[in-house]
Amino acid sequence: MRGILSAAGYVPYRRLDRADINRFFGTGGGKGTRAVASHDEDTSTLGVEAARLALRARPGLALGAVWFATSTPAYLDKTNATVLHAALRLPSSVPAFDFGGALRSGTGALQTALTNSGSVLVVSADTRDGLATSADESIGGDAAAAIVIGDDGQAGDVIAEWLGSGSATDEFVDRWRIPGEQRSKLWEERFGETRYLALGREAWERALKEVGLAGDEIDQVVVTGMHTRAGKALVRHLGLRDGALHDDLSGTVGQSGTAHPGLVLAAVLEDEAARFAQLGAGRVIALVHLADGADVFVFRTTDALGSFDPARAISDQVRDGAPVTYGKYLSWRNMVEVEPPRRPEPQRVSSSAAWRSEAWKFGFVGSRDRTSGAVHLPPARVSMKGGATDDMEPLPMSDAEGTVVTFTVDRMVFSPSPPVVFAVVDFDGGGRFPVELTDVDDGELAIGDRVEMTFRRLFTADGIHDYFWKAKPVRKERKGEDAQ
Amino acid sequence: MSSHGIRDRVAIVGMGCTTFGEQWDKGLDDLIVDAAQETFESAGLTKDKVDAYWFGTAQSGMSGITLARPLQLENKPVTRVENYCATGAEALRAAAYAVASGAYDVAMALGAEKVKDGGYQGLNSNNPPNDGTGRTLTAAAMFSMVAPAYAAKYGIDEEQMTDVLATISSKNHYNGARNRRAQFRKEVSKETICASPRVAGGLGVFDCAGVADGAAAAIVVRAEDAHHYTDTPLYIKGLSFVAGTGSGLIDPDYDYTHFPECEAAALDAYRQAGVTDPRRQLALAEVHDCFTPTELVLMEDLGFAARGNAWKEVLAGTFALDGDLPVNPDGGLKSFGHPVGASGLRMFFECWLQLRQEAPPERQIDTDRTLALTHNLGGYPGEMVSFVSVVGTELG
Repeated sequence: MRGILSAAGYVPYRRLDRADINRFFGTGGGKGTRAVASHDEDTSTLGVEAARLALRARPGLALGAVWFATSTPAYLDKTNATVLHAALRLPSSVPAFDFGGALRSGTGALQTALTNSGSVLVVSADTRDGLATSADESIGGDAAAAIVIGDDGQAGDVIAEWLGSGSATDEFVDRWRIPGEQRSKLWEERFGETRYLALGREAWERALKEVGLAGDEIDQVVVTGMHTRAGKALVRHLGLRDGALHDDLSGTVGQSGTAHPGLVLAAVLEDEAARFAQLGAGRVIALVHLADGADVFVFRTTDALGSFDPARAISDQVRDGAPVTYGKYLSWRNMVEVEPPRRPEPQRVSSSAAWRSEAWKFGFVGSRDRTSGAVHLPPARVSMKGGATDDMEPLPMSDAEGTVVTFTVDRMVFSPSPPVVFAVVDFDGGGRFPVELTDVDDGELAIGDRVEMTFRRLFTADGIHDYFWKAKPVRKERKGEDAQ
Repeated sequence: MSSHGIRDRVAIVGMGCTTFGEQWDKGLDDLIVDAAQETFESAGLTKDKVDAYWFGTAQSGMSGITLARPLQLENKPVTRVENYCATGAEALRAAAYAVASGAYDVAMALGAEKVKDGGYQGLNSNNPPNDGTGRTLTAAAMFSMVAPAYAAKYGIDEEQMTDVLATISSKNHYNGARNRRAQFRKEVSKETICASPRVAGGLGVFDCAGVADGAAAAIVVRAEDAHHYTDTPLYIKGLSFVAGTGSGLIDPDYDYTHFPECEAAALDAYRQAGVTDPRRQLALAEVHDCFTPTELVLMEDLGFAARGNAWKEVLAGTFALDGDLPVNPDGGLKSFGHPVGASGLRMFFECWLQLRQEAPPERQIDTDRTLALTHNLGGYPGEMVSFVSVVGTELG
């Protein structure tokens, strides 16, 4: 049986209140919030975070490939999936490929993985931009999704069986963006709506025929796509039962483009897993994505979903977000350039030096002295305790949590978003690392706070992104508080 | 540490020091020539009589040519040294050892830094190409972590700690106001210090040393030759240097309330110099007060106060100009300014003035003690170099 072995979404910490746009400009905006990637996040780092969560929920998975789809790649020419590959510490025998450019590339990668063999980690991520007050600015959202496709027996069975798919493809210009441009442009909305409604119905019929089910036999349906009006119209033509339509996260996260089908699919599976005792297995889930045609996927949940334990559910991430001011949002997206601290900008990273320290820089792998047990971050050859030489074992630390020993706020140092909050962190199980914090507000941090590691982009110089790890406050404890 | 030291074998017989500050009208060459001229005159000799030169600069130039060209030193061995903020002290250490070895009769150490041409505030480092995973924090941020750690360890509340640090800053400004070569020559009240804008952690503008252009120099000879040049030489009693392993940054045992590199350097220098009770034997100490918490912690690392007591001694005025052990009577880095390559030698310059009773009357220390200490550090808590010297006016 082939299907989904694991699934996770990553929603960045910050939320823009859409009403803030209107409050500032007197126009634009809307209701609800959209997710906002931090100044130190791009589609590759978002993808890493989603993939880490998917793999953590299903330990022991042996991946055959990692595919990465985005319409807002951090690099062109150079593969971005190799950044994920390095951060996930995958062996070199696992190929890493990009599916680039189009909003349809996420569902394209998913469909290709389903019809492929072996286990494939399909990661999709987008950061959605639009000019100030535009509809795209409001309806867009930043997020990533990671779906592991494979067969039964891969560190457990599939949690959702793939029943079949249906597609409809057409060439028309509804939304477009020239390479290098930050904003998308749109044709008259009604034209796209007409096309997407027809294509969506066509793909839906094909998929239902393929799986031999009627619309009212589908238990949960999600419809995604940047043309939200077409999506809403299509829902009325799918013949669904009451209550079958799942929240598409547009009111909280926003439409995250390439990532959105995977994100909402993961959210549906997490909800099904959370209510498994009540709902049981055998539930049919359909995913519809409208982009240059329509793609429909149909899955059926299995008994294995009952033991599926998400590392951090999307619903928790949505709940745990914190606001970002509209001004900060505009500066993070380079829509407004704000005065930086008068300090030199960082120099570009040395490619060869970065390659030599790949395990440390991308994987956050330190070393432990076999004799004294002393943890070295970064890894070292000569031990700081006892002086043993070349007697260290690699020590992956990216999933370790730690405690803030002391911290400071640097208001002078160069940063894309000053000030820099910096802490000395002692990790559980040993090891200390002085590290920059992120997703934290000035004044929020205290000595003794718990932190975890997150993969980020520190800066970009000469077009080379400097990827490394930062620490962020652990916020999952709130889940426990709610339960009490 | 097994150093033999060169106690009483080498003497400083001439010194010079430029004004420190924002010297927009002087380039590095001007600063070098000014400091060298004053030093040659002080020792009563010419450049040709100096057999070898050590030139300290952190970032203002490379190689001995940076010194040989402006001074037009013909066929002289000139070595450029760099050791973070202890660069100037390192130049003197090398020159003193060269003379003690017998390789040369007369050697000069000159430190200079032109930092104000960079266009940015503060000090800026030029790192070699790297993998982009290193810390990029300012020194102020790294040192700002010392104050809360010290306060927590010894149960000092925030208000008291602020008062302690302001006392240090205010003291150094008081001293600097009596120094015509200092960058900041104004007394500053504790109220003004406390109200200054924060730059990193709890540190405000007045907790940070001034960044300045400047140069300072010394000429050293064998002790037995010293009286050919001056009646009042300064004898080198001890020179110690420690380059840290950097493991304090990643060692969970390090608590940010002391600098082990400085403790080790001080113990070594005291042993070389035969100093057993620095608090009562030293006439003055010139220490590396890059930030106010640094000076506080150094009072303990250098053995001037018991662990956990320096803050009380600061409040009691022990280290004030008229205190039991005046610290930074020339204003320190805080007020004199910090041209990185020159600062180590600038500290010797104040010892030169004070021990020879040549300081201006308004800051001349009235004491019968004959020893003085200079201390430099460079780097950050957990990863620093440290230099400690003891000099004195008497042999034996």
